[in-house]
Amino acid sequence: AWASYMTNSPTLIVMIGLPARGKTYVSKKLTRYLNWIGVPTRVFNLGVYRREAVKSYKSYDFFRHDNKEAMEIRKRCALVALQDVKAYLLEECGQIAVRLFSAKRSWGGSCLHISSPPSQVFFVESVCDDPEVIAANILEVKVSSPDYPERNRENVMDDFLKRIECYKVTYQPLDPDKYDKDLSFIKVINVGQRFLVNRVQDYIQSKIVYYLMNIHVQPRTIYLCRHGESEYNLVGKIGGDSGLSPRGKQFAQALKKFIEEQEIVDLKVWTSQLKRTIQTAESLGVTYEQWKILNEIDAGVCEEMTYAEIEAKYPDEFALRDQEKYLYRYPGGESYQDLVQRLEPVIMELERQGNVLVICHQAVMRCLLAYFLDKSADELPYLRCPLHTILKLTPVAYGCKVETINLNVEAVNTHRDKPSLNSNNLPASQSPARMRRSSLTPRASADTEQRPRHHSVGSKPPDPLGPFPFLE
Amino acid sequence: SPSRELTQNPLQKTWEPYDNGLPAGHSAQRGVCMTNCPTLIVMVGLPARGKTYISKKLTRYLNWIGVPTKEFNVGQYRRDLVKKYKSFEFFLPDNEEGLKIRKQCALAALNDVRQYLSEENGHVAVFDATNTTRERRETIYKFGEENGYKTFFVESVCVDPEVIAANIVQVKLGSPDYVDCSNDEATEDFMKRIECYKNSYETLDETLDKDLSYIKIMDVGRSYLVNRVMDHIQSRIVYYLMNIHVTPRSIYLCRHGESELNLKGRIGGDPGLSVRGKEFAKSLAQFINEQNIKDLKVWTSQMKRTIQTAEALGVPYEQWKVLNEIDAGVCEEMTYEEIQENYPLEFALRDQDKYRYRYPKGESYEDLVQRLEPVIMELERQENVLVICHQAVMRCLLAYFLDKPAEQLPYLKCPLHTVLKLTPVAYG
Repeated sequence: AWASYMTNSPTLIVMIGLPARGKTYVSKKLTRYLNWIGVPTRVFNLGVYRREAVKSYKSYDFFRHDNKEAMEIRKRCALVALQDVKAYLLEECGQIAVRLFSAKRSWGGSCLHISSPPSQVFFVESVCDDPEVIAANILEVKVSSPDYPERNRENVMDDFLKRIECYKVTYQPLDPDKYDKDLSFIKVINVGQRFLVNRVQDYIQSKIVYYLMNIHVQPRTIYLCRHGESEYNLVGKIGGDSGLSPRGKQFAQALKKFIEEQEIVDLKVWTSQLKRTIQTAESLGVTYEQWKILNEIDAGVCEEMTYAEIEAKYPDEFALRDQEKYLYRYPGGESYQDLVQRLEPVIMELERQGNVLVICHQAVMRCLLAYFLDKSADELPYLRCPLHTILKLTPVAYGCKVETINLNVEAVNTHRDKPSLNSNNLPASQSPARMRRSSLTPRASADTEQRPRHHSVGSKPPDPLGPFPFLE
Repeated sequence: SPSRELTQNPLQKTWEPYDNGLPAGHSAQRGVCMTNCPTLIVMVGLPARGKTYISKKLTRYLNWIGVPTKEFNVGQYRRDLVKKYKSFEFFLPDNEEGLKIRKQCALAALNDVRQYLSEENGHVAVFDATNTTRERRETIYKFGEENGYKTFFVESVCVDPEVIAANIVQVKLGSPDYVDCSNDEATEDFMKRIECYKNSYETLDETLDKDLSYIKIMDVGRSYLVNRVMDHIQSRIVYYLMNIHVTPRSIYLCRHGESELNLKGRIGGDPGLSVRGKEFAKSLAQFINEQNIKDLKVWTSQMKRTIQTAEALGVPYEQWKVLNEIDAGVCEEMTYEEIQENYPLEFALRDQDKYRYRYPKGESYEDLVQRLEPVIMELERQENVLVICHQAVMRCLLAYFLDKPAEQLPYLKCPLHTVLKLTPVAYG
């Protein structure tokens, strides 16, 4: 992962805050973002552990701070969760564990020891005093929580508000001036209106802060689509900078009509700097912005060839790509992994914006879609993004609702599924696709250099048996 | 209505719509529109809190990423008006004459701000003054509103006497104000100058100033308070300010050793080092050892020639694809003679505007700068770093550190087998 060398030591992110302050929302979103940019991250949600331990939730009484039995259960859950965190970071080589931690920072006698390297701890606290925001949160996500399977809305709201009161009794917010001045943390106040940032230690914490400062919760819609069918699409050539085919132009007209019908407020339209997306946008008759970084994946020496031509001329390359489509880099070109790095500023700006229509390309659209739908690197290069189809994404609760809209203008199919295994005849000594650097020379024979991708030559991987800060 | 025809700009290779046979006047903007309306950044803080340091650095960064920015230092206006600085007494809160002059200077500076933002196509103006009272900040905020500017405050708060003393030594002792004073005299006077402001200092307040957009930087970046970031450019500014530091360090920039294609006069490609290139790599290893640099990070591109150079150092290094040389597209691996012969128009266009010129199916220096921005951001976060890169890339990085404008950038001298050692000092 391009960012993994930036995080040499694992990081534990601890979410803090009263219930209904958006901790789970932020955890999941942050985790999705970090995984997308290539930093293995996982969420450990205490609520899930508690629900495992206590099969049926009765009422807010469980959360009273004087409920000794419940406290024992909750403490045990925390310990189990922390064991899992340790396993993930050390044994599974995860980079970041995000742990949800409500209210208290210490339970009974055990405190979270703040580490010195190799592991970093970063706290994310969500503070909110706006009752409307809190009520909206409760309605949006708590009403449908497994804790409240059959209750009606009012009961849920009532029980949940009482649950919050239980926590308030012992809640100790992060104190940057005194008790917590040596901790690394960000305090998010009133859903991003204000932030307090303390002692950011490294690159990944800096990225996390930047990300948290750019996301918002205003309702909005993101439309993703490809350019209309191009002349090259018609003849099966990849890449290049061709114009729209007649059907492509038809699609552009249909897109214009669709957009008008949607009656979107303040829609921004973005295109790449390749002719086919710009031509598509031109038909809309509105202002649009061109982004070079939205250009299609660079196929290097394979630009403007058909897949048949590539298979004939560079059979090993062709086979390699099917083996590891995400990491495979075209000779003199790019990989999906490179594309993700290139697209990161687009994602950041999409988070900042409201309603946006992005007219882009197949590989690019797959990367963006993978971000919104939390698809792994294995799935990403095979996501279906057909021509003349719009994907309408609406944020909802903890994820994204997707609506597929086919504008009923015929086009060629440019999708290639992953071929079944054993269809390639590569000798076992072939190094995997990740060995490709920037070389213009397509792979023709076994490469003798065997270097691990994630660490630069000579540097040691993080020590999995090293000390780790803990609750013992 | 039929969509407009597209024509490709021959210099930048971007597609633009035609209007009645003439290229349309820019309804399609290139790249992200950073600033819809001009932004006025207002520095806030007692003297010797790093305001001018931040102003200059921020201005340099914004200009480098392509946002026309200019700083307006009110102290400079004062020096232009009051030819000779006498003493701290000028700044006493009850010095009527002094107050009058200072207000005059502030207004003159604001006037120049208005000219820059509203008439000269500036996007961002940095108003560098103490601005320590709420009243003064309100005046400036109103000025911004009247002119359609978004106002963003940057306050630097610091109580550490060591930091303040260090600031005074770094930048105040050498100031034109103290040209005839001994160091001790200058320091004493400056400390009294700071005292003049302290009584009336109203720091940005979470409650009283809750509707303003600002960042409060505490203790040289230990912590930050960020309030109501309004748009993309403010978000970028906040991110930048949160990544810079003042710990002394050095940045070493050099190119890979001479390559096989260098020898043949060919550009681009992914060749290995020549014999002399390998010798350079060994010399570089020796040089680095002699420099005895603490915790040196080494970065290369993902091209063979920089990696081979780094290999000779025998230390861990990180490979960045974004440090790869400028992509010459169809001209890759050609000599300049061949380019001139095969693409005479391209060859001529490049000399016309080397910064914006994009190779067919390749990149421009302008594209390179956008690609290199994360490198600059990480260089700001880091301490001692050696970057082994390429000619065009090195020019872009150097232009950032030395504040060179776009016109000069593509002509900066970055010869092979030469290391540039950059050390931050005072304001540069």
